[in-house]
Amino acid sequence: MTTATLSPSRLSRAWIIARREMRDGLRDWRIIAPILVLTLFFPALMNFTASQAVQFVTDYGAPVIGERLIPFLLMIVGFFPISVSLVIALESFVGEKERFSLEPLLASPLSDIELYVGKMAAATAPPLLAAYLGIVVYLVGLYLTLGWAPPLVLLTQIVILTTVQATVMVSGAVVISTQTTSVRAANLLASFIIIPMALLVQGESLIMFWARYDVLWVIIFGLIMVNLVLIRMGVRLFNREELLGREFDDINLIAGTKACWREFVGAANGSLFRWYQVEVVGALRRLRWPMAMMTLACIVGYGIGYYYASVYTFPKELFNLSEISQGLRDRLEQFGLFSTRGVGLVVFQNVRAVLLAAAFGMFTFGVLAMVILMLPTTLAGYFAGQVALAGYNPVLFLLAFIAPHGILEIPAAILVGAATINLGASLISPPPGKTLGDGWLAALADWLKIFLGLVTPMLVVAAVLEVFVTPSIIVALLS
Amino acid sequence: MYVERRVPGDEVTFVPRHSAPVAVFMIEARNLSKYFDTFCAVESVSLSVAAGEVLALLGPNGAGKTTTVRMLTSILRPTSGSATIAGHDVVRHPDEVRANVGILTEHHGLYLRSSGHEYLDFFAELYGIPADRRQRRVRELLERFGMAEAAPRRIGEYSKGMRQKLALIRAMLHDPPVLLLDEPTSAMDPQSAKLVRDAIADLRMDNRALILCTHNLAEAESLADSIAIIRKGRIIASGDTGALKDQLLGPALMELRFSAPLNGVADSLSDLITIAEQGDTWLHYHAPDPAALAPRLLNRLAQLNAPLLTLSEVPRSLEAVYLKAVEEDER
Repeated sequence: MTTATLSPSRLSRAWIIARREMRDGLRDWRIIAPILVLTLFFPALMNFTASQAVQFVTDYGAPVIGERLIPFLLMIVGFFPISVSLVIALESFVGEKERFSLEPLLASPLSDIELYVGKMAAATAPPLLAAYLGIVVYLVGLYLTLGWAPPLVLLTQIVILTTVQATVMVSGAVVISTQTTSVRAANLLASFIIIPMALLVQGESLIMFWARYDVLWVIIFGLIMVNLVLIRMGVRLFNREELLGREFDDINLIAGTKACWREFVGAANGSLFRWYQVEVVGALRRLRWPMAMMTLACIVGYGIGYYYASVYTFPKELFNLSEISQGLRDRLEQFGLFSTRGVGLVVFQNVRAVLLAAAFGMFTFGVLAMVILMLPTTLAGYFAGQVALAGYNPVLFLLAFIAPHGILEIPAAILVGAATINLGASLISPPPGKTLGDGWLAALADWLKIFLGLVTPMLVVAAVLEVFVTPSIIVALLS
Repeated sequence: MYVERRVPGDEVTFVPRHSAPVAVFMIEARNLSKYFDTFCAVESVSLSVAAGEVLALLGPNGAGKTTTVRMLTSILRPTSGSATIAGHDVVRHPDEVRANVGILTEHHGLYLRSSGHEYLDFFAELYGIPADRRQRRVRELLERFGMAEAAPRRIGEYSKGMRQKLALIRAMLHDPPVLLLDEPTSAMDPQSAKLVRDAIADLRMDNRALILCTHNLAEAESLADSIAIIRKGRIIASGDTGALKDQLLGPALMELRFSAPLNGVADSLSDLITIAEQGDTWLHYHAPDPAALAPRLLNRLAQLNAPLLTLSEVPRSLEAVYLKAVEEDER
């Protein structure tokens, strides 16, 4: 998408788009009917439910359930109308494409950002207004029947939560709408929004019954971050040519594999040395920012671990060194250390963890990969903290227990974490001139270069060190 | 985006605020190519249309007409080559290009729940026509195309022809100097089609540059100054209609018709003309310059007392030109 700032004149043209779409949408009974039901009838029903439930549980001496039910229903009353926004947003671009009305819009002097913002506003505003109205109807009813008024903080939380949930669904759905060629395909892909949102609402429900309303702020913050990522992704991926030019949603696995292979082999010309020299080094250069992020994450993880050692402290008895050192080598051997089988197990475990992190990272724009791969340094920090609290030197602990194999294992985690962040980020922001698919395949090729060319050999050597060298140092030190 | 332009007769029109660089041709494409992955949709297309000219782009379905038009409206980015619209480069200045082009797409793409009036008002607003002028401009065009009465009704209730007219009005709303019209009279009744053809003629008179993509060869012949035949993404023949006919069908074939049998008249003309074929009361001939020869020929016929009825060119249809061009390309 051509980048441009949202000046007032641009916003005004986005508003022209939004206004027309809203007017058109409000003429469709399939949109109006659910909005009306969810705005007027449903809040009234929830109001009745709340009154009856409160009366019932109070009769049986459990008024706390009623107290928790009322805010929970407030959240639900806000959420239901915004679900309509998903339907509107899903068909915002692909629907117009199917009806052939997109081309005249694309041929007008509207900029990409104006069109995008206009479509988003049109999908968000009516359901969101309906949600606010529903909340008002529910609260007025409650005030009249039970005399209940929400605390200002809770009301603010619910209103903000409703708003960010609507915008998250809309920004996700608009991304889908720009990347599909039929409304049917868009509806199928909507599962990627519906399922996480359903899980989120279930989680929020637990929080509401648990009355840990402060956790809602964390959820709101997380949703705002997701929203920013999705908007950034949508704006970056928006492409007039792709919108009109793409005719089929087919996945050509053979062509994709070939493209990835071409990127993977690059200019190697069959020479492994040249492959390392050009391709692997080139990938490392491209990954310098993700590597910096991952390194920072590992340092932060260490700090968090070290801090939590003081929160969840081990009993002193655990650090009875004379007891630990007795028969230590035998016990370590029982765990598979000092054997080639142990090396295999460690390599298997580490590669499995890396692949799992990559798989999770792919669906979370790299975030979960970062979280999973910073766990080892978090644990190292936690144990170093425990050692320090027990009165021993944490540096000595790190040098003996972690450094011999960690000197390779931690950089391997940073490298693969960076490659996975890059893989996830390629979905949000493909390299200039590349489509979403091309950008992702190039990032996947970089991931494979790092994984096969560097991380796997590093993990194998680290496993040898972990199985033979580190335990020897530990045994020597504790004996 | 638009500034008011007053023209003689106190008629108000709107022109883009960013004045275009001086351009000899309002539409100019040089070696324009477009590839979708490995598929070549358009290859090395060059064409130029000056102000007040109409170019008919002829070709079968899938020939590359729509892709060419989309590149000229900055919707598709050319793989190679360049193009300018009213002096603006289609790659570097897409916003200016779109502001200077009116496009009638193959599919109308109308909002069926809106009324005709709402629809036009929406696009007029998008094109930045000031609010006080919008109503007047919309009303003027609706009346011109006989759509004023239908304007308050929903577009979903319109006939195909009415929808086509509405889409054409949309393309003309912002008074663009360049119009790209895809099948402008398809699905129209004869009366409406004439209205549209007249409108196109008026636009040409008003110094607009037009590209007409059409399968209707008679219409192309009557409206266009020049023709470009596109096939499999390439222009296989182009030029003004007469030149194309000469190029593909040979020199003009002239016809003499008489009210009585010829009785040896043909032999007496052999030093002036090359007779192609003849019947009892007619003959077809070729001549290097038929117009220059005509006075001498008529003089000779008068001397021979030949009962001449008419002297005319044998009609050579654009269809024949088109078919010939395709046939030659297939060879």
